[in-house]
Amino acid sequence: MTPLLEVRDLRISFPTGGGRITPVDGVSFALERGRTLALVGESGCGKSLTSLAVLQLVPAPGVIDPSSRIRLGDTDLLALRGEALREVRGRRIGMIFQDPMTSLNPVFTVGDQIAEGILAHFDVPRREAMARAERLVGEVGIGDAKARLTAYPHQLSGGMRQRVMIAIALAAEPEILIADEPTTALDVTVQAQILEVLDGLRESRGMAVLLITHDLGIVAGRADRVAVMYAGQIVEEAPTAELFERPSHPYTQGLFASVPRLEGPLSRLTPIRGTVPPPTAWPAGCRFRPRCPIVHPRSETMPPLLDVGPDHRMRCWLAEGET
Amino acid sequence: MTAEPLLQVRDLVKYYHAGGLLAARKPPVRAVDGVSFEIGRGETLALVGESGCGKSSVGRTILRLQEPTSGEAVFEGQDVFRLGREPLRALRRRMQIIFQDPYGSLNPRMTVGAAVAEGMQIHRLASGAELERRVAALLEEVGLDPSYARRYPHEFSGGQRQRIGIARALAVEPVFIVCDEPVSALDVSVQAQVLNLLADLQRQRGLSYLFIAHDLAVVRQIAQRIAVMYLGRIVETGPTEALLADPRHPYTQALLSAVPEPDPGAQRRRIVLHGDLPSPSNPPPGCPFHTRCFHPLRNERCRTEVPPLRPITGTLAACHYAEVSAVEAIEAAP
Repeated sequence: MTPLLEVRDLRISFPTGGGRITPVDGVSFALERGRTLALVGESGCGKSLTSLAVLQLVPAPGVIDPSSRIRLGDTDLLALRGEALREVRGRRIGMIFQDPMTSLNPVFTVGDQIAEGILAHFDVPRREAMARAERLVGEVGIGDAKARLTAYPHQLSGGMRQRVMIAIALAAEPEILIADEPTTALDVTVQAQILEVLDGLRESRGMAVLLITHDLGIVAGRADRVAVMYAGQIVEEAPTAELFERPSHPYTQGLFASVPRLEGPLSRLTPIRGTVPPPTAWPAGCRFRPRCPIVHPRSETMPPLLDVGPDHRMRCWLAEGET
Repeated sequence: MTAEPLLQVRDLVKYYHAGGLLAARKPPVRAVDGVSFEIGRGETLALVGESGCGKSSVGRTILRLQEPTSGEAVFEGQDVFRLGREPLRALRRRMQIIFQDPYGSLNPRMTVGAAVAEGMQIHRLASGAELERRVAALLEEVGLDPSYARRYPHEFSGGQRQRIGIARALAVEPVFIVCDEPVSALDVSVQAQVLNLLADLQRQRGLSYLFIAHDLAVVRQIAQRIAVMYLGRIVETGPTEALLADPRHPYTQALLSAVPEPDPGAQRRRIVLHGDLPSPSNPPPGCPFHTRCFHPLRNERCRTEVPPLRPITGTLAACHYAEVSAVEAIEAAP
């Protein structure tokens, strides 16, 4: 089966005073229809930039390498321009961001902003668009939908604003929702509300979700597959249950050991030593080498993604000993 | 720990009044509405809650970075809120603060060494070669290379800046540090490093912490006791493991169940609260949580009578019906 969305060898580079940097460096993944794929990593790993590239939203002066491929079904997304690109943005792929305040227009009402998305993609009268907006507002769990349509963004709480953003993203009935840290700015009980809304919509609409997050807790029990990113590359990829059961790359293992837990016996955390290097300071060979607890004779050569098990790959030479 | 607590806060109230033309007509924001707690020597109390619950205002008023509306805070035998200028200055040597934002809390034009030395100079603790020696020792103690003293904050990552902030707080040799969301802005691998550092420093120096945070899993790593705040009040408090194992207040239960655990097999009951946090300038009468409460026994009494903090099993909880666990009651219902 051909995947709904396929990213092949994505490379994004930026010119800097000290030469070109490549914050996304050879990322490949596939998202199946109706499934959720999580891109997980810490700040600067390239996960957000990867998701922006899908909609050609990489900020200038960033450049997507001509050899990179992103396909939505049979459509070459990176070749799209003008009207064809607009048709994909919003219509076939919706996107929500971390900060709902800066993504909403402060001088238009909630109803206007949702209806705008509907009118941009469907040939319906304004009254019909408003009726659809009201249904969407209800669908994302905002009570008293009719009254809320006339509210302005500043009159809403952070959680309500994120619900409005979701309603806007859903207005055009996209096949894929890209959710870039959708709950990171929210309190934990509000996060639980928003995740419940997203889970419900994913199921009722059969939408595929590309979830970008730093939080392994959000991935658990939600994503079908996980790709862990470090320094511009995918370093491990597997079905969620497999990855949580058998994290194999030393970076993934380090992440799990760093996360404080609420359950189980209390023990001192085992952090990863050092800090995430900026793209200007990535080492040659394995990029995790300076922080890795394991010294491997081949670590000065960049490892490819190697099989560690069925449908489970990692970018580490240790995999050679496992299979 | 001696019998006498290091810090005793009683009935702390902090209201913010709106400025501007119509200020007199607006009700004040009741950020902190009668909070009491104690912290022993060498102990960590975590103040936990979501945005707007008043936890940061508590930390700031105790240090008199903001003036309280009423209440008292007795620190080493003195009421902090009644101190004049000079004794307050002397007190600031004993109490320090570490902020959430390691980017915003360091002066970008001051070298790391100057930032760490500043407090020692103000309090005339050291000068000249001795000052330099102490700066180097402090940087080493927080896990930084002493040569960093000559560099500027922008050259460092978030985790390194937080270490600089910690060295700066330690420089005046405090006994008590308010840690205001010290690891919230950090990546998870770095967060673990800073948490371990704070725990080590506490052990080596016998420090007491008021650890302000929103993340219960983080708090479990460092605090002996937890106080959960909601709308300016403590709704539950107790020893960390008791409170996490058997929370009695419905809000604590909801907060705990909302924490996403990185374990796909975790079978914890999810409680999703309905509605938004009420405005702290117009808090509901009675129990502050009654507008969002899911306790099957909630009734008219909750809407009129403020529940006091009272001992239940392992914790103190401010709920009229805390003897019955709301979560268990819901699960038992058909």
